Amino acid sequence: MTQPRTPLTFFTFSSPPRFYAITGVLVPVFWALAVGLTAVGLWMGFFVAPTDATQGEVYRIIFIHVPAAWMSMLLYVVMAFWAAIGWAFNARLASMVARSIAPTGALFTFLALWTGALWGKPTWGTWWVWDARLTSELILLFLYLGYIALTEAIDDPRRADQAGALLAVVGSVNVPIIYFSVKWWNTLHQGASVSLTAAPKMATTMLTAMLIMSLAFWAYAFAVVFTRTRAMVLEREQSATWVQDLARRQQGALP
Amino acid sequence: MSILARDLKLAARRRIESLLPVVFFLVAVSLFPLGVGPEPQTLRQIAPGIVWVCALLATMLSVNTLYSGDLADGSLEQMLRAPASAVAVALAKAAAHWLVAGLPLIVAAPVIGLLFDMSGPALTTLVVGLLLGTPILSLLGGLGAALTLGLRSGGMLLILIVLPLATPALIFGAGAVDAVESGLSASGHHSLLAALLIATLAGTPVATAAALRISTE
Repeated sequence: MTQPRTPLTFFTFSSPPRFYAITGVLVPVFWALAVGLTAVGLWMGFFVAPTDATQGEVYRIIFIHVPAAWMSMLLYVVMAFWAAIGWAFNARLASMVARSIAPTGALFTFLALWTGALWGKPTWGTWWVWDARLTSELILLFLYLGYIALTEAIDDPRRADQAGALLAVVGSVNVPIIYFSVKWWNTLHQGASVSLTAAPKMATTMLTAMLIMSLAFWAYAFAVVFTRTRAMVLEREQSATWVQDLARRQQGALP
Repeated sequence: MSILARDLKLAARRRIESLLPVVFFLVAVSLFPLGVGPEPQTLRQIAPGIVWVCALLATMLSVNTLYSGDLADGSLEQMLRAPASAVAVALAKAAAHWLVAGLPLIVAAPVIGLLFDMSGPALTTLVVGLLLGTPILSLLGGLGAALTLGLRSGGMLLILIVLPLATPALIFGAGAVDAVESGLSASGHHSLLAALLIATLAGTPVATAAALRISTE
């Protein structure tokens, strides 16, 4: 498929056919990256990183737990951002990306909660405590579920995108308020292990493994989100000429 | 303003229906002693939380119909088309909902406090907290109602959407009573609730107006 050459602008990649073509190339790359980085990160985490002085081997779940928690929060912001762009500029593709991010974000949130429970059992002696960070992560999961439920309940895709965008934006305004209210309410969770302002409090290999795992999760998120968006593009643009051309070519390729 | 008067008049014409939220509130609250057990010590401890959670649920269940009647008979579109801005419409509707559904809850709360053997100062704190907090719930509920307008599973969806957003109000409202019962001042919690109310008052009518436009497009 040859695309006519157009100057590169902010909206160059917001054209669905071009997005479809480019991500078709990118998705396998991101899958390869995700698998490769996960393998490296887990190997470093399980075999190279030293045993923790106080927690022993149990702490090794950190290599999944912390990156998942980072992704869960980041993806909510990214989702709200693209949803708002889609709403403000009436950019269909941005709205589709936002809606594709939601299930992945919810998955990471659940993963963070689940690995946290598995980690909490041996170290705190309980699966769950009503601590500030756990509770706000749980509320984040509810926010994701509310967004998904709302967008799925509305049949008209345009209205679904806009209503979802409004909810995501209101939610992102609320996230800091919820976080601080819950923090006031109760706190047991250990302080942040990694911060940009202070020197890291952990061994370098641990930090490297954790960062590699976050990159792996990034690659996975890109791969899954793009795959989901591609499916959504095809579904919504099914009456467009380029999709019908594509379908005809695919059918022609089959024996 | 005229929308507010109109909604109040509509509520006055259907008295029993307007009393449903507060009746629900009373029934739901009185289920807890049956489930938890009648020990006064336990009940006193969990009373503020129960009152707040039940107030939250009563608000969410009643706010569901805030816009749907107006949507069905077409008056919502007329309101949005009228010279008064949609933000004012959203504000008036939320105010009407609070007067009809929120205020009776506050009046009923002291009675419930007595049922749960709460002390005088704790009761006062609870009522002040509800006074500051229930408008927040009505405003957030109005936003949820506008977003879920005309959807099949609107009621359930509204609750799922609004409850996470309403957690700060719940925490500070119930926290104020706990603070008083452990001998501290509730003013910190009440100040935060008031700040939350101001922020909600400034933000939600705009968001609700946008949601109404999206839903009626």
